[in-house]
Amino acid sequence: MSETLIKARDFSVGFKIGSGFFGKQVLKAVDHVDLDIEKGSFFGLVGESGSGKTTLGRALLKAVPITGGSASYADGEVDYDLTTLAGPELKDYRKRAQLIFQDPYAALSPRMTVRDIIAEPLEVMGLTKTREETDARVRQIAAKCRLNLEHLRRFPHAFSGGQRQRISIARALVSGPKFVVADESVAALDVSIQADVLNLLKELQRDLKITFLFISHDLSVVAHTCDHVAVMYLGRLVESAPTRELFKAPRHPYTKALFSAIPSLDPDDRGRAQKLIGEIPSPTNQPSGCKFHTRCPHAVDRCKKDEPMLEHPGDGHEVACHRWRELLESAAA
Amino acid sequence: MTALIEVKNLTIQFRTDEGLVTAVDDVSFSIDKGQVMGLVGESGSGKSVTAKALMNLNARNAVYGPESRITLHTEAGPVEVLKLKTARDLKIVRGGAISKIFQEPMASFAPAITIGDQMVEQLRLHADMSKAKAKEISVEMLDRVGISDPSRRFGQYAFELSGGMRQRAMIAMALSTKPKLLIADEPTTALDVTIQAQVIDLMKDLVNEFHMGIIFITHDLGVIAQTADKVAVKYLGRIVEEGPVREVIRNPKHPYTQGLLAALPKLDDLDAPLTPVAGDIPSPLERPTGCVFHTRCPKIVGDVCKTALPHDSRVDASHRVACHIHAEVPA
Repeated sequence: MSETLIKARDFSVGFKIGSGFFGKQVLKAVDHVDLDIEKGSFFGLVGESGSGKTTLGRALLKAVPITGGSASYADGEVDYDLTTLAGPELKDYRKRAQLIFQDPYAALSPRMTVRDIIAEPLEVMGLTKTREETDARVRQIAAKCRLNLEHLRRFPHAFSGGQRQRISIARALVSGPKFVVADESVAALDVSIQADVLNLLKELQRDLKITFLFISHDLSVVAHTCDHVAVMYLGRLVESAPTRELFKAPRHPYTKALFSAIPSLDPDDRGRAQKLIGEIPSPTNQPSGCKFHTRCPHAVDRCKKDEPMLEHPGDGHEVACHRWRELLESAAA
Repeated sequence: MTALIEVKNLTIQFRTDEGLVTAVDDVSFSIDKGQVMGLVGESGSGKSVTAKALMNLNARNAVYGPESRITLHTEAGPVEVLKLKTARDLKIVRGGAISKIFQEPMASFAPAITIGDQMVEQLRLHADMSKAKAKEISVEMLDRVGISDPSRRFGQYAFELSGGMRQRAMIAMALSTKPKLLIADEPTTALDVTIQAQVIDLMKDLVNEFHMGIIFITHDLGVIAQTADKVAVKYLGRIVEEGPVREVIRNPKHPYTQGLLAALPKLDDLDAPLTPVAGDIPSPLERPTGCVFHTRCPKIVGDVCKTALPHDSRVDASHRVACHIHAEVPA
């Protein structure tokens, strides 16, 4: 039986914005999300910009305040309640949970050598006592990320995008985290290099037993790397399933639309996609009922009034849609 | 079919503190009326510099090779783009017969001027028309690209529009002068997949309607497969393979094109391993000798790759590749 590393229930993150006539408005970036991330898994989180995927990732790292619900982290050594975590325990959590950023050009200080960049977390967290010890840890993780000693002496500007991303990864992993949030970590890379970084992340997951939360808008990348995928729309989790199951038989109309919007590599397969109309609504002015009803081709009156809850049909394939069973049957018929 | 624009032996270098840097090396291609050409390659392959040259837009430190020629065929006869000097003459390639849409629609609109004023301004620069007429055409174009409530949007600023809407407004603006050639530089890269699909559809409709030529610059082969008629694959400033989009994607001949396709995650086969193209793209300051791709090529045939520049070989009438593997045996 596999263990759960991250368990979130009714998890919400809201930001207070502006001060209107009726007092402060709250932007619900993440809205009552239930999430279980299994230990050692490669968990994918997909959605369009504005869906709240980045905010969810950061809130799990305690980088933005959690405003509602519960979340816990249990790696076998420690058991933390993320909503109340503070003081020395929070400091300890920082070693266990790390973030890899999207843009390898912006994330590395141009005035530090690669060695210093990778060593910085060790020094800040006080994980090593002597310089020799620090150097040893840096060399060890650098080798894992396929960086050699020569690289460590140089400055980031001397590296290409793929190499920079490997430096960011080494920096995130040097403190020995158990849980790593990779936020659009390959989005800024060329296709030819992207595959290399993805393979590296998978290797690290296996070798170092790290649990990844992989946030991406690129479904084909997610399909190839993740074990389990959750789809977000306007702060809500609309579908969650093992990768193969999700790609074989998506249940939510939004997931189906996302899949069909991926440009096919087959030139003869043009224009067969079922296109979504319009754009994701503004999070400050969210639709009533099911948040997807404004763009959903199958919306009925009920969708405008009642918000569907995430259903757990028992096969591990969760979906939040009033009509998914009905649509499944009509598709089979 | 008549060629709309012909590029011959285009070589572009930039004067920098570290010496001359080659961005585009001996590139030739042509685009017909109503044809969509995809230009693919990774960052540093010189895609954008090539596109800028078509509008003579490269910075002052650009040095064009002596044999470089770009000929635009207009109703009034051929125009040598690289020989244009004055702002007055350049108008024909900058918004007149050639328009461009950029990757970042937010950065391409002036933030403090309304969308409408910017559209009217450029229309009046290129065509002799009254303000009222220019406004009428602009609103009509906004409507045409699927922006709802166009007369209200006309008076709004770029920040008031969502990402997809901004990109549509950008396309409306580029097309309002009825260009013969549209350069689309990564027009969908900053967009979400669902919006990307809408923009691709829109561009296909517009090609059918206005019958213009399009250069579609992207690193996404999926987008190319969905839009282009023919495709040119660039690496380090050189075109390594060119041909009809079906041919190049189904039957790639150059090891680099093959590598790009293998590196792409495919949805119909989740078990297929992702194969990266080994190594990194070399710095333009350290251009490899011989074939520019030999430092990363898995199929090197011998020293010839390191010393001699491969010439174009014909796969068939419309498909060419520059690789020693396919070098024609001299008769």
